[in-house]
Parts: sequence; structure tokens; C-alpha cells
Amino acid sequence: MAVTTVSTVEEKPKYKVVGTRPIRHDGLEKVTGQARYSADINLPGMLHGKVLRSPHAHAVIKSIDTSRALALPGVEAVMTSADLPQPSGRVADLGEGAMMNPKFLSNNTLASGKALYKGHAVAAVAAVSQHVAEEALSLIDVEYEVLPPVLNALDAMKEGAPILHERLFTADNPFVRPGGLRDDADPEGGSNVASRFVFEMGDLEKGFAEADVVVEREFRTKAVHQGYIEPHSATAMWNRDGHVTIWCSSQGQFAMRDQSALILDIPLSQIKVIPLEIGGGFGGKTLVYLEPVAAWLSKKTGRPVKVSMSRQEVFEGTGPTSGSFMKVKMGATKDGRITATTASLIYEAGAFPGSPINPGVQCMFGPYDIANGRVEGYDVVINTQKTAAYRAPGAPAAAYAAESVIDELAEKLNIDPIDFRVRNVAKEGTRRLTGPVFPKIGHLETLEAAKNHPHWNAPLEGPNRGRGIAAGFWFNGSGPSSATASVSQDGTVILVEGSPDIGGTRAAVAMQMAEVLGIPAEDVHPSVGDTDSIGFTSTTGGSSVAFKTGWASYEAAQDIKGQMIERVAYIWDVSAEDVELTHGVFHHKSDPELRFTFKELAGLLLETGGPIVGRAAVNPEGVGSAIAVHIADVEVDPETGKTEVLRYTALQDVGKAVHPSYVEGQIQGGAVQGIGWALNEEYFFDEEGRMTNSSFLDYRMPTSLDLPMIDTVLVEVPNPGHPFGVRGVGEVPIVPPMAAIANAIKAATGVRMTNLPMSPGEVLKSLWDDEEGKNAG
Amino acid sequence: MPRVFIPTMLQPLTEGVQEVEFEAANVRQVVQGLEERFPGIGQWLVEDGRIKPNLAVAIDGETTSMGLLAKVGPDSEVHFIPAIAGGGE
Repeated sequence: MAVTTVSTVEEKPKYKVVGTRPIRHDGLEKVTGQARYSADINLPGMLHGKVLRSPHAHAVIKSIDTSRALALPGVEAVMTSADLPQPSGRVADLGEGAMMNPKFLSNNTLASGKALYKGHAVAAVAAVSQHVAEEALSLIDVEYEVLPPVLNALDAMKEGAPILHERLFTADNPFVRPGGLRDDADPEGGSNVASRFVFEMGDLEKGFAEADVVVEREFRTKAVHQGYIEPHSATAMWNRDGHVTIWCSSQGQFAMRDQSALILDIPLSQIKVIPLEIGGGFGGKTLVYLEPVAAWLSKKTGRPVKVSMSRQEVFEGTGPTSGSFMKVKMGATKDGRITATTASLIYEAGAFPGSPINPGVQCMFGPYDIANGRVEGYDVVINTQKTAAYRAPGAPAAAYAAESVIDELAEKLNIDPIDFRVRNVAKEGTRRLTGPVFPKIGHLETLEAAKNHPHWNAPLEGPNRGRGIAAGFWFNGSGPSSATASVSQDGTVILVEGSPDIGGTRAAVAMQMAEVLGIPAEDVHPSVGDTDSIGFTSTTGGSSVAFKTGWASYEAAQDIKGQMIERVAYIWDVSAEDVELTHGVFHHKSDPELRFTFKELAGLLLETGGPIVGRAAVNPEGVGSAIAVHIADVEVDPETGKTEVLRYTALQDVGKAVHPSYVEGQIQGGAVQGIGWALNEEYFFDEEGRMTNSSFLDYRMPTSLDLPMIDTVLVEVPNPGHPFGVRGVGEVPIVPPMAAIANAIKAATGVRMTNLPMSPGEVLKSLWDDEEGKNAG
Repeated sequence: MPRVFIPTMLQPLTEGVQEVEFEAANVRQVVQGLEERFPGIGQWLVEDGRIKPNLAVAIDGETTSMGLLAKVGPDSEVHFIPAIAGGGE
């Protein structure tokens, strides 16, 4: 793998641990199969749960008769939504800014009144074995009144379209809580448009009048799944005292606790969630699906209950990201300055409101300095799976549209596409279309790294080959986070953190502690605490963990350092101000004879005042946004329409790479997911709304055999808002690939691809349309 | 004085005014100052004594986690924008 690290820091801080590549702390357990994932839990007397799912995309549930299922020997309990309290439709704050409509959350877990997509959970059973449970599902009699489904946003917005939620109103303002229901007394009918909002800046008329070239395009993308390798599974034990323990893998044990408490209508203090290893999430494991079901079944039976999904259930019963329809118009002067842009984004939310339209709109033109712009967004419900977050949610589709139009402008103006982007680059102080100005970001540095990269400058020869480039932007996130750490007598440190580890964050968090204490990364032993063992920590999402939990770890280490300096001062009978810690050695500032290594002091703690425990709870600001620039070389077979990726380079402003190997891994993983989204992946529905490709055989994700090695370039523009300059890195690499490949296909074929995925059939259709003069590209 | 930007979709409440300046030391005072100038606007920003959970406040380009308690400097820019939820790694 060719990896180039570029630093814009004139004098690099001399870190001992941060920036190195130690073996991951959880590596041995994972490669030897000893790590425990959600389905690995087995408890004495455990029952097995199964979920009955709607065969219809849109249907009234007229009745559910569970008597035959309950009569089957071995069946211990059957539940429907009637067993759950029905919360109000008023959007609730689940804590720390996570908002959700409890009714929708509950009704997505088990349908109430209507089934809103094929695969929607309708009932659940607990039985002595999976086989009995499966048989019991066939004995549950559900009477449906099948309704016509609406399967895309444009149809759902038409007059007379089937309405999913009769009481849903359109929040036509971002300052109205989205996803709300009308009061019962309100005579207005429902809408499929859950929300609509606009951002506007500058003078559009003047901006377009100044343009020498204007490009206007429409784009469509399909729903795609995160494709995590581990299906959902939850095991619950409801004790007689009313306390329930839930074992599951998720992106946030506290989110699982809080959502389950809401659905079950019990105090969150009665729920303990034990996080297990997570076999991928990418945003898709931020919502409960099975946890409240397993908990209720356990309550009913008095026994532990495990419920696990099959791959088909994952595809049909959990949230992909949105399909979309987008219009973009952009103008530029002859010298390559963007003068104005407008965009309209319609995102499909699935069965319940909550597509990632907000971040899509806010990220769309993030990388650029555009004085005059207007972007509007629509969140539209349709009869498909309720969408969930997926890696930089909302941004990839928006970037696909924006970066395709930018590429077309550069081409029409005969300006190198990197130079065109440089002329319009957003940098520190640039005002975003949504209002705020940027702090320090590294878009210019990343573009310059691309311009100077051997890939960009290498000749690309041969027929039907083309090179494309695209940029992407993601805010990055933060949130509350907690860490505690105790010093062991052998000089190691036991670190408990609140963030589930998806992308190697145990290592990244532990390394920041090790850096402060001057000890090897291997001497910090990180683990992820359950909800009773660690302070509240917000979900692993938004590329936030290396930043926020790294910061908590940094502060906990500072706490330890301070206490140990006090202890040294006590032992030496000197002032603590005269003691300092340098590279893992405590020493007296003026007496070189007085020194303790970290290990030596650790061995003395119990007899000199007791153990030392560091703690930190933070909610840090100063998140540094992320920028990525990708270069793709492709070859398109004009006979079959198949696109082969010949070479791919992903460059990214990573702030400071704590563990460069994991940063590279994140970038490669994000790029590959984006390439799959670009070329292969889509939810394919029949006319009745049934997904027809709900297996990995038919839902084609790229494998290592399909792609070349993804080269990575880490551009280090340190984030001034973090002690080590850390920026989140995990999400933004999925943002540019669709546009980079579309731009490469344009270069290869002369045809502008405006629909995703750019599958062989879609490419052939575009080529043929172009031959017939239908494609204006 | 801090510059307070009025979001596009609240500008009908301000008769098109896009930006105002007034003395304020924290976001609570910003909201109070907006309410004094544009009666009724506060209900779109605050609920149950807190910034609405679907909103974020950005001060000098950085989203704050402190809500109404967040400090505002004499030269600060204050924006109210829809909150962003992250997606995962």
C-alpha cells in the first residue's frame, strides 16, 4: 500500500505515542474468535425469540390472533404492539440533544395500526428453541387490509398519493420539531412531507447574472444499506425486582438504554445495557429494534430471551440510508469563480420521518466559498424501511450532485478540476451557506496534496478510461463522554470508557492516555463500560470518539498525573510544584537524584496513601470539520456497461492521526463503501414494495477482489480545538466516491451519469441515450 | 457587540432583517434580546427553558454544547441552525 503522510505543521509536536502504530488492544481476541459479539450470549434457561414481519408494504392491521401460536408446545409468550405502552406523538428529547418521536420509535419496533413497509415487525414470540419460535410465527393470524404503497418521494409528494400517517403534518420550518403529529382536534389531513426548510444567503439574481456559464442538473440515488457484517441481536433478562439487563451490540449502550426505557415506559435507571463487541454499525446501530422486544418477552416469561435477526431481516427490517431526488443549478465566471448556486434536495425517510436531509443540505456546498446560494430540503415518508444513519448521513448523495455539477462547470470552462476547486475553496473564515464561518480546515492543503500526487499526474492511457476527482465535507461531531482509569501496582492503567469501539477507537483513546502519562500504549488496557459502570457517553457516531472520548481519556490521564505528582511530592517531602512527569519519569526539577519511573511509583501506591483513580467527564467543543478529496481512474466496457476501478487515491485532512493505520483503514473502508454505493448497491423493490435483493448474493457490495488497493494520503492540518489536534476521520471518506467515479465515467465515456447506482445496466442505458441524443451531457 | 444572525425561515418574523447587533453575554441574553426586538421569535428557539433539541447554536463557527448558558463574546457571531446527528464510523 502506498501511503504518504503530508504535514502542514512546520514543527511537529514530538509525541511518543500519538502518531505511532501499536497493535490494537483487542486484536488477539478478535483474530482468535474469542471476542464476544451480540449473538454469542447464552444464558441458563434462555428462550429464543423470533419476529413476525409484514408481507405487505402498506396495510391496515385489522386484527392479530395469537391463540394458535400460544397453544403450540414450547411457546412461552407472544407479543404485539398492544403489549407496549403507546407513547405520545410529541417529539421527545432523549437526552443530550438526541430527539426522537417516541411513538414512531415504538411503532417501528412493533407496528401499531398499520404495517408501513414489507418487513415491518408485527408480532414476536419466545419459545424454547428457534425452530419452535419459527413455527409459532406461522400460527399467528394477522388480518390485513392491503393498501396501495408509495415507494418513492416524488410519488409520495403528489396530490392524491397514499398517505402513510394520517396525522403527520409538514414542519415547514427547521424551528418546528420535525416528525410531529397534529392534535386530534385539528381537522387538517396528513401529509407525506414531514419537513421542509430553506437556507439562503446573498443575492441569487445578481449571482447568476454574473455567471458566464450555468449548469443545471437533476440527480437520483437509491436507498443503500450499511451492510455491517454482524446482524442485530439482543438478549434480555428482566428480574423480579423490575430491573432488566440487556446485552447487545450497538453504537451506544446509553442510547439503547434510553430508547428501551422510552418504549417500555420504565425508568432508565431500571435498565442496564451491557455492550458487546460490534461487528460494524456505520450509523445503522443507533436505533433499537430488538432490545425492547427481548426485554418484554423476558418480563412475560421470567426467563432470559435472545432475539437475533437473519440477514434478510437486517435488510428488510432495519434502516438503510435514504434514496433521493436532487436538483442543482450553479453558475461560474470564465475565470472559474462560482457566483451562485441553488439546490433542492428531497430525501426519502422511509416509513417514519427522519431522513438525513438536514446534514445533506448543510454539507452540500461545505467545501466551497459561495457568496450567493439557496438550498431547500424535504423529508418525505414512503412505504420502505425507516432510514437510519449511514456514515456521514445525508452528505454523500448531496456531494454526488454538487461535485458532478462542479466538474461539469470546470469542463465547460476548460479549467483543471482541481484548480477550479482551489479557486473556490472554503478556508478558515469562509462563511458557509448555512451561516457560520469555518474554523481552521484543510481543504486547500488536501487539494494541493492531490494536485501534487503521482496519481493525478500519471498518464492514463487506453480507450474507455477516465479520471475523476471529487471533494467531500462532513461536520464531525462531539458530545458528552466519560472515562475512568485506575493505576495498577504493575504500572499498567485500566481504562474504562463509554464509547463502543467500531473503528479501532480503543487504541486511539488509550494512546491519548498513554501520551499524557509517558507510558507505552500497550500499558493502557482499555475496555468499554456498561451503563452502570461508566458515566453517560453519547453514541459512537459523527466521527466523534477519537475526539470526545480521546479528550476524556486525556483529561483522566491529567487527573492521574496530578495525583501521582502529589504522591511523589508526599514521598519526597517536597512541594508538588517541584515535581514533573517527563516521558514516564517523575523527577525533581532541581535534584536529579530524585526520580521514579511510572512503574516504580505505581508499585508504591497502596502503601503510600492508596490507589489512584483518574476520572473525566467532558462535553468538548472545538470539533474540527473534515475534508476529503478522492481521485478515481476507471475503465468502462462499452459492450456491457461494467465499470472497473483501476486506481483509487483518497486524500484527507485528518487533523492529527492518532493511530495512522486505523485512520488509513477508516479512509479505505469509507471509500470502498462509497464505491459500492456508486456502482452496485441499491434496494430493489417490486411494484408491491417487496425488496427483491435482500441477501448479500443479490445486494452486491464490493469485495477485495473487485477493487484495487485504496491508496491513502493523510494530510495533517491539526485541529486547534483538541489537545493533540485530532479531527474525526471515519465518515467523510464515504462522501466523495460517488462523484469521483461519476466524473471519471464522464471522462471515459463523455456521458454524465445522474442516477445511482451506476450499474452496468444504468451505464449502458446512458450510453445508448447519449447515442440517441437524449442525454445532454 | 455580538452579531446575531436570523435564520432564513425566521426572517418573516423579523420583516426581512437578517442580522442584528446588541449587547449580550450569553445565549440566554441573545434570545431575550431577539424577543424584545421581534416579539414571538423566542418560542421558535426555546422550549421548556432550553434551546430546542432539534436546534444547535453556533458561536464563532463552533457549535456549543452549553445551550442558553453558552458565553458570547463582544465580537461573537451567533447562529441558530438545525442540529446534526452523526452517523457512525
